[in-house]
Amino acid sequence: MKYLTEFRNGEIAQRMAREIAQIATRPWKIMEVCGGQTHSIIKNGIDQMLPPGIEMIHGPGCPVCVTPLELIDKALAIAAQPGVIFCSFGDMLRVPGTEGDLFQVKGKGGDVRVVYSPLDAVDLAQKNPDKQVVFFGVGFETTAPANAMSVRAAKMRGLKNFSLLVSHVLVPPAIEAILQSPGNQVQGFLLAGHVCTVMGYWEYPPIAEQYHVPLVVTGFEPLDLLDGIRRAVIQLERGEARVENAYERIVYYAGNLEAQQLLARVFEVTDRAWRGIGVIPNSGWRLNAEYREFDAEQRFQISGIHTEESALCHAGDVLRGVIKPAQCPAFGKECTPRHPLGATMVSSEGACAAYFNYGRFMSAEELAGAGKGLAVTSHG
Amino acid sequence: MISQVSETRPGAPSHATGPDFANWSCPLPLADYPEIVMGHGGGGKLGNELVEHLFLPAFRNAALENLGDAAVLDIGAGKLAMSTDSFVVQPLFFPGGSIGELAVNGTVNDLAVSGAVPKFLSASFILEEGFPLAQLAAIVESMAAAAAMAGVQIVTGDTKVVERGHGDGCYINTAGVGLQREGIAVGPHRAEPGDAVLVSGTIGDHGMAIMSVREGLEFESQIRSDCAALNGMIFLVLDAAGDAVHAMRDPTRGGLASTLNEIATASNVGIDIDEVALPVRLEVQSACELLGLDPVYVANEGKAVFFVAPEFADVVLSVLRAHPLGRDAARIGQVTSEHKRMLVARTAMGSNRVIPTQIGEQLPRIC
Repeated sequence: MKYLTEFRNGEIAQRMAREIAQIATRPWKIMEVCGGQTHSIIKNGIDQMLPPGIEMIHGPGCPVCVTPLELIDKALAIAAQPGVIFCSFGDMLRVPGTEGDLFQVKGKGGDVRVVYSPLDAVDLAQKNPDKQVVFFGVGFETTAPANAMSVRAAKMRGLKNFSLLVSHVLVPPAIEAILQSPGNQVQGFLLAGHVCTVMGYWEYPPIAEQYHVPLVVTGFEPLDLLDGIRRAVIQLERGEARVENAYERIVYYAGNLEAQQLLARVFEVTDRAWRGIGVIPNSGWRLNAEYREFDAEQRFQISGIHTEESALCHAGDVLRGVIKPAQCPAFGKECTPRHPLGATMVSSEGACAAYFNYGRFMSAEELAGAGKGLAVTSHG
Repeated sequence: MISQVSETRPGAPSHATGPDFANWSCPLPLADYPEIVMGHGGGGKLGNELVEHLFLPAFRNAALENLGDAAVLDIGAGKLAMSTDSFVVQPLFFPGGSIGELAVNGTVNDLAVSGAVPKFLSASFILEEGFPLAQLAAIVESMAAAAAMAGVQIVTGDTKVVERGHGDGCYINTAGVGLQREGIAVGPHRAEPGDAVLVSGTIGDHGMAIMSVREGLEFESQIRSDCAALNGMIFLVLDAAGDAVHAMRDPTRGGLASTLNEIATASNVGIDIDEVALPVRLEVQSACELLGLDPVYVANEGKAVFFVAPEFADVVLSVLRAHPLGRDAARIGQVTSEHKRMLVARTAMGSNRVIPTQIGEQLPRIC
């Protein structure tokens, strides 16, 4: 399988978009749950290809965006402490806390490092026994196994100087929260393909049944997304509400059992605050009693944090699909990727940043005018 | 690549086999200190030894040999172009090049894309106390070889040493002067609606080569930096198309997207490119996908972008493709009077997207 080309075939994509237009007899609102899907939809202009009645609503599936401000502020406070090596994925460095971001902490002398795997942070702890190494473990079910692995590795190696600042969130409770929220407009969901790679999709049939809503496990390439949308529209048109797998080459019903066992050994379910949304019961994971000693919030007693969201930012409404990014009064004015007011403007997976970066500040007419007369198609 | 030397400066010394780092041995007086000490920047005997035993033998030319406070150069008549750049790359040695080659080629390319024939460079080193002399020698050798390739002379220089912990081993600044070619008036403000946009080869090679050896991210790959002096190739393009070349740039930091956005802004025009036409190596594309990066934002060190009158597009493309550094050249788009100061790409899906200038470095995504 050629992942870089096979699922990006423009002709097939156009054909699938036409097929969706033929199937759809009514307007439908479909939410893609995962930020990676939002990014791909906007980057590839999938939403432009859909018939006017099919509207994509961008879900809360960007881990950077939903990490609560209070935890960002704690991260900033821990990272600023002497003797701490604070490790994070790159995305998190520019997320604004109440006062500044991790880049600014680094600029003031904090030892903040971008790592590509939490296990690299464990290695750092082993190499620097006189330092406290903290890994900022955010994300959905997708990144959780690697974070679980890191604390297990630290425990097995007997490391006392490694800890995890953890804020894991879970997809199924978030979907239920959206479906229960007053004024919900979402009629169908594209489930996050990579979350389902780990967890399978056995958690979703009760949701489909209870709320009578189609849920389609969907991948990230243009053709994956169009296939997911097509299947959701078919179900909606027929009045069906099933869980369907449109990402069969990667996702199995049961998921990755080994990863799930590991998660069960290290984490336990807890209530979580979602930035811009509020507390959702049983919507996250924290380290369980056996591994609590590796919890950075326990190890570093952080107090006196003053947490305050920007009054101008409507990220919560964006994350719940109530407004599109461009409908926020601050979008592109007070709030830009350069001066983000909320996390949705920071991460490349954030809906606001995706809109801004891919020109959604232009009118539809302006965009249609762009690219006219392009004659170049051959490869050099 | 060697053919470039004879094209631009027939008298340049031959480095057909490139610098021999493996067999380099430190000249005796320097061997007393296998590492840089503060005294190497102190203007005393140690500093002189560096000059006499390392810099002078490597860069030897008449202007440098005087060892005066300034090089006195005979440049003839005409307009002088001048440029300067500082180099702080980490790691210092990477697949396909080193900080030394970058320091020479970077300044040579800045002059060349301005329509000048590069002639003379300065080289200033800021060294960290404790930096291994053997590494400095390897860097200097690679600079000498790169200068010979590009047909330029390094005629003046300086060395300073900073205390351990105050530098990253070795920083280099180079400045360069060149003679502006007659009848050539390229500039970022001169792109016109209708101009064809050409790129001289695959994009993103340098940035991904560096990424592949960054601490904590090492991944096995065949990706090599494209670091090269472009003056020979650009000379031939200007020979063939002259004033029909409206703008040229080497898309280094920020990649192709930043360069095209800069030109769109400076010329107050829009630029349309076709994503399918962008030349990207498969391994670069794959590595970018893994890390969540977009090759249009990844740095190049041996590529040039040309804005040429449309009737000259084919001529320039064939000149580029005939040159060893331009084999993968491609026509990637055109200038338009619409959507001014914006770069718009036609995606493989047939939709359009705006490609803005990046705010800072691209941040690898979480998942």
